[in-house]
Amino acid sequence: MKFPRVGIIGIGQSRFQRRRDDASYPDLVREAVVIALRDAGLDFDAIQAVVYSLSPDAMVGIGNAERTGVDAVGGRSKPFLRINTGGATGISSVEAAWYHVASGAFDVVLTAGADKVGECGDSQTVLNKIWDPTYERELPLGTINMLAMSAVRYIHQHGMTQQDMAKVVVKNRLHASKNKHAHLRTVTTEEEVLASRMVSYPIKLFDCCPQSSGGCAMVLASEDYILKNHLEAVWITGLGHCSETYYMGDRMGRGFTADHGDAHALGRSFDRAFRMAGLTDPRRQVDVAELYAPFSNTEFHSIEAARLAGLGESPAMLREGQFHLGAPGPVVNPSGGTLCTNAIAVTAMVRVAEIALQVWGRAGEHQVPGAKLGIASGNGGDHQFFGTMVVEA
Amino acid sequence: MELLSRKEAWNITYTHALGETASHFFVQIRDQAKLYGRRDPKSGRVLVPPRAFSDQSLEPTTDWVEVGPGGQIEAFTIVYDKFNGLPDPPYAFGYVMLDGADTGLGGFFRGIDLSDSGAAAEQLRIGRRVKTVFADQRTGSVLDFWFEPI
Repeated sequence: MKFPRVGIIGIGQSRFQRRRDDASYPDLVREAVVIALRDAGLDFDAIQAVVYSLSPDAMVGIGNAERTGVDAVGGRSKPFLRINTGGATGISSVEAAWYHVASGAFDVVLTAGADKVGECGDSQTVLNKIWDPTYERELPLGTINMLAMSAVRYIHQHGMTQQDMAKVVVKNRLHASKNKHAHLRTVTTEEEVLASRMVSYPIKLFDCCPQSSGGCAMVLASEDYILKNHLEAVWITGLGHCSETYYMGDRMGRGFTADHGDAHALGRSFDRAFRMAGLTDPRRQVDVAELYAPFSNTEFHSIEAARLAGLGESPAMLREGQFHLGAPGPVVNPSGGTLCTNAIAVTAMVRVAEIALQVWGRAGEHQVPGAKLGIASGNGGDHQFFGTMVVEA
Repeated sequence: MELLSRKEAWNITYTHALGETASHFFVQIRDQAKLYGRRDPKSGRVLVPPRAFSDQSLEPTTDWVEVGPGGQIEAFTIVYDKFNGLPDPPYAFGYVMLDGADTGLGGFFRGIDLSDSGAAAEQLRIGRRVKTVFADQRTGSVLDFWFEPI
């Protein structure tokens, strides 16, 4: 199947920090939108439709908060659609914007959103509510312990250590120290990570993402519009989605189709995006990857799902110094990744925005020299909904 | 300038219907201290907790199969941090594949010293045999039972 070319012509990221007491929720959305429009050289009138990026309402504490965000994106009189796939929401929103343009229905589409996770005192309590009230809600499930159980299975099968996890944190914090948008920008050491308090074995405090507040926006346009208006762009050449079944306990035991320790559906999603982009050898062809990994251990199975390492091989590759800025081969999470900034509703959009900036050569201090092809991913739900994208210069 | 904030709490009440399949499962736990799964006729897999249809074959499940009380650990974690609305730490919980079942059932682990995370993790290693222990007073809940290493 031949797909029309859709370009990214504008990117906006707000400052990310724990709280943004200077900005209400819609103010934060608008902050990112204004930056993206300025970046694209367009005004609100040029936007024909809006895809709104918003994960669980309870995180911002406003029911259907897209209602309060509609004016921040200039949505009055325009088609407006909210997307929610949990942590994958941001990349799902960019993909929905791509569908708007690729279908031929619109030439210029804005996708935007924001989150204020730092205002929610009980984010793991909110996330506990994503489990069903029938069988599992009475257990203290949350996203940290759900992915701690993934880590335990990965350790059992592939021999990852807590020191390997610490190496992910050290790498990503060093990367984030170069990224002016990142939330956690202080560098750390393996000793410091290993000495941080145990939260949910084997995940320690420094293995966890922060609770961030901030916004992100992107403007997508058709090739015709870009050429006609002589605009600069980078191109979305591949995208994929894949879902996993609901019960975590079905991803273990006997006869399962996906192990909870790995990221099987993420791998299938990457395969779909790679096929569309014509990528045959991601280890050689990918310059930069922004992979959604809110806990250090999950970066390993994400690298493997992105086909940048064989199953269980990525901890040894990191030990050898791969995936760092400056190392040969694909650089993973040069922005510092989700581990250093997590405003949930837009986290996976930031992944796409960051690889777009990289292949554009505009990433700043954390630029991967000469990057021409980037890949991004987002994970949502109980390790259930995955989106992936290939962006090229 | 002075920036203000406003504190707010959501307290919303629901009464969730559990449906036929889960109701049967919890009545057996409450009245008989027994655990049951449902069989997928196509693959033969026994799903615990029981589902009315299979996630893999998408066919309705056909019969009840008693599972446990023995089993093996499939996943675990030990929580040392306090989260609002969740139990006081430390506690261990995870998933056990009960004898006769093909999937993991979530529950608490008890009977282990959790003071040292490394030592406790060794006690809870994947593949370790456990038994299901039922509370004397049962209400029809996953909290009516827990797992202890044998």
